[in-house]
Amino acid sequence: MNSDRSNHELVDVGVHSDELLVNMGPQHPSTHGVLRLLLKTDGEIITNVDPVIGYLHRCAEKIGENLLPRQWIPYTDRLDYLSAMNMNLGWSLTVERFLDVQVSDKTKHLRIIMAELGRIASHLVAAGCYGLDLGSFTPFLYTFRERERILDLFEAACGSRMTCSYIVPGGVIADLPEGWLEQCEAFLDQFDPVINELHAVLTSNEIFVRRTAGVGVLSREAAIDYACSGPVLRGSGVDWDLRRDGQPPYTDMYDGYKFEIIVETGGSYPSDHDYPAVPRSAVLGDSWHRFYVRMLEVVQSMDIIRQAIVRYRSAEDPIGKPIKIREKLPVGECYLETEAPKGQMGFMVVGNGTATPWRVRARSSCFVNLAILGELCKGCLIADIPAIVGSLDIVLGEIDR
Amino acid sequence: MNIQKIVDSLRQKHPLQMIGAELDAVDPSVEVKPDSVAGICRTLKDDPQFCFDTLHCISAVDYCEPDEKKAAKVDWQPHIEVLYHISSIRHRHRIVIRVRLPRWKDGIEGRLPELPSVSGVWRTADWHEREVYDLSGVEFIGHPDLRRILCADDWLGHPLRKDYTQPHEYHGINTR
Repeated sequence: MNSDRSNHELVDVGVHSDELLVNMGPQHPSTHGVLRLLLKTDGEIITNVDPVIGYLHRCAEKIGENLLPRQWIPYTDRLDYLSAMNMNLGWSLTVERFLDVQVSDKTKHLRIIMAELGRIASHLVAAGCYGLDLGSFTPFLYTFRERERILDLFEAACGSRMTCSYIVPGGVIADLPEGWLEQCEAFLDQFDPVINELHAVLTSNEIFVRRTAGVGVLSREAAIDYACSGPVLRGSGVDWDLRRDGQPPYTDMYDGYKFEIIVETGGSYPSDHDYPAVPRSAVLGDSWHRFYVRMLEVVQSMDIIRQAIVRYRSAEDPIGKPIKIREKLPVGECYLETEAPKGQMGFMVVGNGTATPWRVRARSSCFVNLAILGELCKGCLIADIPAIVGSLDIVLGEIDR
Repeated sequence: MNIQKIVDSLRQKHPLQMIGAELDAVDPSVEVKPDSVAGICRTLKDDPQFCFDTLHCISAVDYCEPDEKKAAKVDWQPHIEVLYHISSIRHRHRIVIRVRLPRWKDGIEGRLPELPSVSGVWRTADWHEREVYDLSGVEFIGHPDLRRILCADDWLGHPLRKDYTQPHEYHGINTR
């Protein structure tokens, strides 16, 4: 048998076993939450996967119809609870866009610091848990140790580690405490070398490469047809990131920032660092590439935070104050997507002239990304399922809402 | 391509199916006839000048005011709106397709309004349509596998309808 995984093909000798229905989850550790998969198998080979979701459905959209936009902020924390800052930001920007509220530059830089820290925290969880899924325990300890430091920073800024409710329509709930920026810089400095360790235990690890390279290949066309977003889309070679390609209230924030979209061009990724090269067995759009895009985005986010800290320090305008709690919403609707760590998170608010939204909608990136699972898993082995599910980096709080 | 050109060009291709356009709104939208939505979406995706390759979201909004006092003040008749947020990665433009449906088919309560499925145009529509069916109660004709997605298969009613009342119990479990 050829050891090169991408050339590995299952030989069809016309012998099939009885179709077996295997239930995986909703309490299976490698389904990343309460996701249930109904697998149809022919021996070890998957013939069909039907994801069953909804176990964590909390009617978030319906609740939003009974609350004021600022009151719904804590509910956004509980969508993607691994990157609450980014969820707060998405909803706040949507409401601000609807009300045509402008925020000060200083607020924008502060929000960028928080959103990018949230991105790092989310990607660290993704990388660590991905290692666990594939039988490697060490990276999990490394990543959670670092994530803990980010959560400490969040706690210092807003008093909460995961459910932050920090960014609100109009601004943020409070400016940073004294010494916070120095702590943040200290974190970034000590985190730099840890990334090399993560690459050593995961990215270039022979077992990890064999488990992920060439597994769950998502073509560029399918990724767009299924409206995949975030690292899943970029891992398939599509040059698309809302921080550059989105709509004004969001892209305005990143005006003047220098960053390159993490996407493969000509067989390599944009990076100033000496990270492991793409292994020969990897195919564009496979699980390895999705993982690698996240790892590079961590470094990219650190760079953006460093830029934001400089700008925040030099900005002289005051921090934005939250909008009035009973601010009336106009008639009509407004939809906005932001680049959350796991993909494009969209919020829609429909107003009818009162302060309470008529309808609230959350378009979940993980919900959309998960829909390709059936397509990706057809013909793979049962053992590859955790490798593929983990590479999509889903969080069920956001899928089920 | 700017939004005015998109709408003009679309109107030329489908003059009878276009109902109106709101170009000054926060998110510019066009309203089309319900039975033509799949055809128009097909044009919007396949025609190289539009090339709307991404469907972001399908959302339904229920316009119904169960409170009689408040209902007397609103300036609309009860209906359901379905919104399709689409964009093009190649041309970097976006638009919203709006469809207006009766709350019940033929005005008979309990019969869900119908809309052609666009899951044949964008495959991502599959799960979005299941969600709209589940939560807002719109039947998508031509959908390959239309069943509930977030609520349990045997759940009663469609929770995002404004006149929805929650069942008191589910399989002996108190829900209140």
